[in-house]
Amino acid sequence: METESTNGTQVKLTAKDYASDQDVRWCPGCGDYSILAQVQRIMPSFNLTREKTVFVAGIGCSSRFPYYMNTYGFHGIHGRASSIASGLKMARPDLDVWVTSGDGDLLSIGGNHFIHTLRRNLDIVIMMFNNKIYGLTKGQYSPTSEHGKVTKSSPFGTLEEPFNPLTLALSSGGSFVARAMDRDAKHMQDTISKGHNHKGTAFIEIFQNCNIYNDGAHFLYTEKETKPDNTLFVENGKPLIFGEHKDKGIKLNGFRPEIINFNEDGNSINDVIVYDETSKELAMIVAQLSDFEGFPMPFGVLYKVNKPVYEEQMELQLEDSVKKLGKGSLEKLLFEGSTWEIK
Amino acid sequence: MEKTVEVLKSATIRFAGDSGDGMQIAGSRFTDTSAFFGNDLSTFPDFPAEIRAPAGTLFGVSGFQIQFASQDVFTPGDEPDVLIAMNPAALKVNLKDLKPSGTIIANEDAFIEKNLHLAGYESNPLEDGTLTAYKLIKVPITKATNNAVKELGLTAKDANRCKNFYALGLTYWLYDRPLDVTMHWLEDKFKKKPVIADANIRALKAGYYFGETAEIFTTRYKVKPANLPKGIYKNITGNHATALGILAASLKSGLPLFLGTYPITPASDILHDLSSYKNFGVKTFQAEDEIAAICAAIGASFGGSLAFTSTSGPGMALKSEAIGLAVMTELPLVIADIQRGGPSTGLPTKTEQADLFQAILGRNGECPVPVVAASSPADCFMMIFEAARLACKFMTPVIFLSDGYIANGAEPWRIPHESELPIIEGEYWTKKEGFHPYQRDEFLARPWVKPGTPGLEHRIGGLEKQHITGNVSYDPQNHEYMVKLRAEKVKNIENHIPLAEVEGDKEGELLIVGWGSTYGSITTARERLLAKGYNVSRLHLKYLNPFPKNLGEVLSKFNKVLIPELNLGQLRKIIRAEFLVDAIGMNKVQGLPFKASEIEKKVIEVLSGN
Ligand SMILES: Cc1ncc(C[n+]2csc(CCOP(=O)(O)OP(=O)(O)O)c2C)c(N)n1
Ligand code: SF4
Repeated sequence: METESTNGTQVKLTAKDYASDQDVRWCPGCGDYSILAQVQRIMPSFNLTREKTVFVAGIGCSSRFPYYMNTYGFHGIHGRASSIASGLKMARPDLDVWVTSGDGDLLSIGGNHFIHTLRRNLDIVIMMFNNKIYGLTKGQYSPTSEHGKVTKSSPFGTLEEPFNPLTLALSSGGSFVARAMDRDAKHMQDTISKGHNHKGTAFIEIFQNCNIYNDGAHFLYTEKETKPDNTLFVENGKPLIFGEHKDKGIKLNGFRPEIINFNEDGNSINDVIVYDETSKELAMIVAQLSDFEGFPMPFGVLYKVNKPVYEEQMELQLEDSVKKLGKGSLEKLLFEGSTWEIK
Repeated sequence: MEKTVEVLKSATIRFAGDSGDGMQIAGSRFTDTSAFFGNDLSTFPDFPAEIRAPAGTLFGVSGFQIQFASQDVFTPGDEPDVLIAMNPAALKVNLKDLKPSGTIIANEDAFIEKNLHLAGYESNPLEDGTLTAYKLIKVPITKATNNAVKELGLTAKDANRCKNFYALGLTYWLYDRPLDVTMHWLEDKFKKKPVIADANIRALKAGYYFGETAEIFTTRYKVKPANLPKGIYKNITGNHATALGILAASLKSGLPLFLGTYPITPASDILHDLSSYKNFGVKTFQAEDEIAAICAAIGASFGGSLAFTSTSGPGMALKSEAIGLAVMTELPLVIADIQRGGPSTGLPTKTEQADLFQAILGRNGECPVPVVAASSPADCFMMIFEAARLACKFMTPVIFLSDGYIANGAEPWRIPHESELPIIEGEYWTKKEGFHPYQRDEFLARPWVKPGTPGLEHRIGGLEKQHITGNVSYDPQNHEYMVKLRAEKVKNIENHIPLAEVEGDKEGELLIVGWGSTYGSITTARERLLAKGYNVSRLHLKYLNPFPKNLGEVLSKFNKVLIPELNLGQLRKIIRAEFLVDAIGMNKVQGLPFKASEIEKKVIEVLSGN
């Protein structure tokens, strides 16, 4: 399985082989460490060689990610990682292309590229590390910061509503939309693996703690005491249940989701939605749950559907046009059209 | 009445009408026929920014000028000999350019109350004597066209649309040109609508025979074929030549071509052309904006493609941060800026040369980028090819400057054979031993490694890097060293480009220095000046950063240096700063090219010490 072809011999790769020789410079305690560790841990399982793997990033703390991977890497400019990655994938469909980005990088300055990249559906993985703050520029609010958030740039609270990255991704045409968290290593590994195995753009939002500028932003969902009652782990084909004692579920009343408690009168697990990851309608409803008071935050693969992949269609068009027109000849092209000779 | 035939060395005509009148088509058909006939020629299409401005208005006038000759021509001509005016607005807008006592062919049917009013005429200029200084020929073009196509049962709109071919037919008669090239074109173009082809051919012939039979033309003109170098020719616009040139560069380097772009006037045709070359393996990507376009190109370059991005001034502004990224990562990339009038969205369909500062300087940090500029439509082919050569050899982005005037203008091009084109060296680094991402070869270029190459995994990006290793480095000494190294790499290109060559005496009273699309007007002006006994030399710069190595020395040999530019003196400022030469500026910023006569006048002024 895990092989390296570098010098002709087949060697088993481990997480360590994916760590570059560069010192990791994130603040001690930063959630980015966990994400890096999980990615390095699962890389060997993909049956790929390091040389075929490329990590592309924009600018931000999270965007330093490529430096720490012992693969090919490109640290770009703020917000443009998805564009650089798109060009690379179009030019080189044979490569395994990953984007690592922050919530500011991807959704603020890179918002336009983000929605269009999802719409195109290139076969790449986009991991968005969401700490609901700008880390690298030292603590301004981000497009996912909650309304009224007090930060250095909003001493009286923000005036804008945050994006819900999952509904944004879904409505942009994303073909794989998922969420994970820095403090649930196994689940993150599993989600990223699924994203990587998906053919098409996989968007994975990863809750990440910035312990310097926004410590605890996700603790409600990530800490042992509060996690069970505030998170909903969706799994294809399984009922939407949650809670410390697995006694709560989500039911639909028309289009409106409701929380039911199985211990209360007449409620049963049979009333609960059985999740279907290919249903965009369901994905939209579940992705929005957390926008409402009292509802849990969804995690896992919310949506996964097969759609034509951009770079494959691009290659097909090239092949088709060769079939139709014959392989292009420069000499012929130069001399075609109305020409005349001067003797 | 006996008609005389006058033999001319060259003639300039301008078709002008509403933007819906098909003047660009009439003009380009005339161009094709004249080219076929063997004339040298140069064209200048001039159209409004609005796609369909309200009919009859002054701002909706669309024009197409062509100069054709039995000798070399370098410009579309200063002043038309003949103006074809399809309505009062077209007359009003274009009359000021017409040669004294030139010919006006006016569609009298369009000179009705409403149109006269829209054009701001108080009375009909065809009747009130305002045009007595010209040779005025009134032709009922609308009626005559309708008569010609009557039998075909077309809608009134379709019938009316053939007017331009009537006007064209008449012009063909006047200049003794054959009809068959245009007839073939129509048959081919309207293969699926033979009635439309037929109607246009009837209109064309009707116009031609009107010239023959009407008693109003006393003279017919003949412009003989030009004496051009041997070879096979075709007419080519600057944008088409640019697309062909970059394609040729891809094939001659063996690198797959990737275009990342976003539509903008006047650059879009490059995208249109390249998108149709799919059977050459060309990948074109119409991105969501210019930033995505250039970033995708950078990604493709990292992946080992010949990466290309095309745009015009405003798009160039958006790309500047990413150009810096390409400078820092030292990846080859060709950036075409087809300049138009600015600032901001400025004059989208008009020409200007005011992006020179933007090309050379317009980025954050010390960010040197080689810049080349094409001098004529056909020259776009070799200069974009050259941009690709420099990009690959020196591992750097290279900016190619063209402008609206040469992008849309056409001229005959002696087609090179594929085998005549040089090979472009664009090699990937594959050796594992002794590899460092920022080590350098004798050209100071770093190695180009394609991801997928085993054992050479590395990371690059926009942060300053340590010399050789390429690791991120904030070391002050290293930064200064790297800044100087990048500058030196670009400066060193001067050893790999042609020397500046003066046309005319190598020293003397006056040297005219030009760049880009002013080539034609300067050439023509100089020829006229020489004919009048003025001795002026000229130098045309195609390499603007770095300059040819001998430029300073060349400039120092002249008492005076004149730099005509379609901006407020951008090249002049750079030349003054770099060589301490007190160059004189000649500047025009009207969205229009120079007339040769304007340059001629200025040179005489300068020589007489005014
Ligand atoms: C064009 C541009 N504008 C602004 C910046 C400054 N900048 C760098 S990172 C960043 C925000 C980073 O936030 P986020 O993407 O959430 O990443 P984090 O650092 O939190 O991981 C900003 C505003 C820049 N580098 N480039
Ligand atoms: S500032 Fe925040 S996001 Fe950035 S490294 Fe430190 S803890 Fe991590």
